[in-house]
Amino acid sequence: MYVTAEPVFSAEPVVEIAHGVVGYADRPVLRDVSLSAAAGEVVAILGANGSGKSTLIRAILGLVPLRGGTVRLFGTPLKRFRQWRRVGYVPQRLGAGSGVPATVGEVVASGRLARRGVLRPPGAADRAAVTAALTAVGLAERAAEPVATLSGGQQQRTLIARALAGEPELLVLDEPTAGVDASSQTAFADALRGFVDTGGTVLLVAHELGPLQPLINRAVVVHDGKIAHDGAAPVPAGHHAAPDHDHVHPHAPEEPPGVCLT
Amino acid sequence: MNLFQYDFMIRALIGALVIGLAAPALGIYLVQRKMSLIGDGIGHVALTGVGVGLLLDRSPVITAVIVAAAGAVAIELLRERGRTSGDLALALLFYGGIAGGVMLVGLSNNRSNASLMAYLFGSLTTTSRTDLVVICVLGAVVLAAMLLLRPALFAICHDEEYARVSGLPVRALNILIAVAAAVTVTIAMRTVGLLLVSALMVVPVAAAQQVTRGFRSTMAAAMALGVLAAGLGVWLAGEIDTAVGATIVVLAIAGFLAVAVAAAAWRALRRRPFTRTAEVEPPDVILER
Repeated sequence: MYVTAEPVFSAEPVVEIAHGVVGYADRPVLRDVSLSAAAGEVVAILGANGSGKSTLIRAILGLVPLRGGTVRLFGTPLKRFRQWRRVGYVPQRLGAGSGVPATVGEVVASGRLARRGVLRPPGAADRAAVTAALTAVGLAERAAEPVATLSGGQQQRTLIARALAGEPELLVLDEPTAGVDASSQTAFADALRGFVDTGGTVLLVAHELGPLQPLINRAVVVHDGKIAHDGAAPVPAGHHAAPDHDHVHPHAPEEPPGVCLT
Repeated sequence: MNLFQYDFMIRALIGALVIGLAAPALGIYLVQRKMSLIGDGIGHVALTGVGVGLLLDRSPVITAVIVAAAGAVAIELLRERGRTSGDLALALLFYGGIAGGVMLVGLSNNRSNASLMAYLFGSLTTTSRTDLVVICVLGAVVLAAMLLLRPALFAICHDEEYARVSGLPVRALNILIAVAAAVTVTIAMRTVGLLLVSALMVVPVAAAQQVTRGFRSTMAAAMALGVLAAGLGVWLAGEIDTAVGATIVVLAIAGFLAVAVAAAAWRALRRRPFTRTAEVEPPDVILER
């Protein structure tokens, strides 16, 4: 179904972290982590809370400093990497935000900044990309509404639209479906599938894959700051394996998830 | 009698209008960052600059711009670190700024309390022709930067990590906001006063966001409210002979309350017809013939 022609993996990895070490104060979070993803791959990074999986992608994006090791994006060492237009980032949730209202369209339009720069005013291509991204996540009708009035799932879709608006080659997502309602999860998976079909590379941190499962070609499990598994997606165990189990907690989003990843 | 036949009133009015426009255009970014009080802190620091200027017999506006900008950049660098001691460091900077300023003014030749009060709370009569040129030029620069860079500044204040991953020059733009805040505080000290200028950055934004839906509309509405409060404030202060800064701020807060009450009333009014239409909706099934 989703195996439309085997993706052509080029020799040079899109993302590469070699012997990465990250720590806060005296507490090591990642110890000697190596991982790379080739163009067109969809890699899920799985792990329990506190395993270091979010830290791993934050280190790859340069949001937390590396104590050791190296990161390369599109073959360029992170320090010298300037082509941020090729990267789309979807954070876990909308930043702490503020009282100043912002519309869905305004938030998504900031996704164009990496491409158009600080000084150039938005043009027709920018507006078209914003509309296309909003349509891809099913929020085209809500562009003029304040973000704060949307549901958590719709806010999350706004964030993926912001990343898609920049027309990136690599998408990095931090727990995009955590605590998101079922309809938003499906809309999210559809948007991601559209991106993968155009040859995009995806690095995705998750607790559980849910409707994203069929998109994943590779799973990496982070445990205790190290990579414990790198290969096929782990098979769900227990009642999570039941065919009708879609693992959504509509009434208790803060409940700890039941999937056993290692 | 028409107060605006006097040149000093015209100068005070023009100065206040420029600040009424520029302060909310900058302040919206501070409010979005939850740093509404930072303008106040920079005002405290600027007083030391005024003291330095009076002591050296130089234009206090120039020295205040320099000292306030240095203070603002220091505050920004502390914020960037995000470490625990930031809050205390800010307190030290604020109180050091105002205490240093009062001491330096006391040491200068121009040591009267009246001149100190004029800088702290603004005065109608102190805006000279040179001051007005400085206010207009710097005000226009701040305004242009805040309007032209709006998408980038919005992105940074909305989600700084995302802006970083977008490759935006985050630190440079943060320092730009800090320096623009310092410049706005300093050009406002003649009319509004150092202790009240922060209100003109924040209160119009607080009022506007009661009724707006987006960032751009909030910015436009806040600037309109700022100009209105500044213009009316100068006129009223002249009419009833009150401190101009305080008058402008009281008017701005009155505007905030009026908008808040009107918005609440509007929401209540809109809710009522909604329930009424629900009552007359046709039934889904016919139970009896």
